Amino acid sequence: MSLQAIAFYVLSTIMLVSAALVVTRRNPVHSVLFLILSFFTAAGLFVLLGAEFLAMLLVVVYVGAVAVLFLFVVMMLDVDFAELRSGFAKYLPAGLLLAGFLLAEMLLVTSATAEHGAASRVAVGGRPAIPNAEAIGRVLYTDYVYFFQAAGLVLLTAMIGAIVLTLRHRPGVKRQVVADQTARTPQTGMALRQVKTGEGIAE
Amino acid sequence: MNVPHLPVQAFSPGPEGVGLTAYLSVAAILFTIGVLGIFVNRRNIIVIMMAVELILLAVNINLVAFSAYLHDVVGQVFAMFVLTVAAAEAAVGLAILVTFFRNRGGIAVDDATMMKG
Repeated sequence: MSLQAIAFYVLSTIMLVSAALVVTRRNPVHSVLFLILSFFTAAGLFVLLGAEFLAMLLVVVYVGAVAVLFLFVVMMLDVDFAELRSGFAKYLPAGLLLAGFLLAEMLLVTSATAEHGAASRVAVGGRPAIPNAEAIGRVLYTDYVYFFQAAGLVLLTAMIGAIVLTLRHRPGVKRQVVADQTARTPQTGMALRQVKTGEGIAE
Repeated sequence: MNVPHLPVQAFSPGPEGVGLTAYLSVAAILFTIGVLGIFVNRRNIIVIMMAVELILLAVNINLVAFSAYLHDVVGQVFAMFVLTVAAAEAAVGLAILVTFFRNRGGIAVDDATMMKG
């Protein structure tokens, strides 16, 4: 067996086992950590396929941003996760049945596509003429430039949406309002009162 | 049948590597694990979102594998777009989750029937 094949089998085994642990672990923090491992090994598979740029993107975006976001939310929310797991055994048989059918169908389609589809007629091998990132850039910034801009809009919308959803103004909290501070004059900030002896001032 | 030969080529694994079937099968198994995760963790929405991320990763593996074996880099461009949408989905979904937790004091999905008529 070649080195590439050994790397493929090791990486895909780690990825599938950690993915199975993501959906079966009792503690969601462990689930997030196994999700990170799963994405990391998927990045290794991308490197094996020659997609180095996408592999690094996966590490940066998923391991660096999305997984940390998940970890943050899991640790921030004070939830009784044992109670949420109550239906696990109840739904397992039906889920396994459906998953078995789904997997069988997809494997049949997969073998048919890979052995008789368009990809089977293309000769394998050959070194790339240009680096992977350059190849992506040449296509992404020419043929797919509008899609690229649309992806940027999607991210902008997601950012604004997340901020709008989570921002809240509590009624009792005092905030600094700079305009009010600068608009303040001696007339509005100070009042002269005539105080009677022994009585004081009621607010 | 002749596949159009594009000037921009992705590196494809040599004959000594594993075939396309192996990559597609791994992606299919990963997809199934994600679907199963949604089924068995019906009440825990955080794990459901992680399962959705796994499903999107399986789709990405399919796209990249076909991209490598068809010598066409467009598949990787589409995998990038899928990655973008997945990141946006995670951000908005978790924001909704935080808001839901604040309003209801819990994240049980079964209780999320406020908008039912």
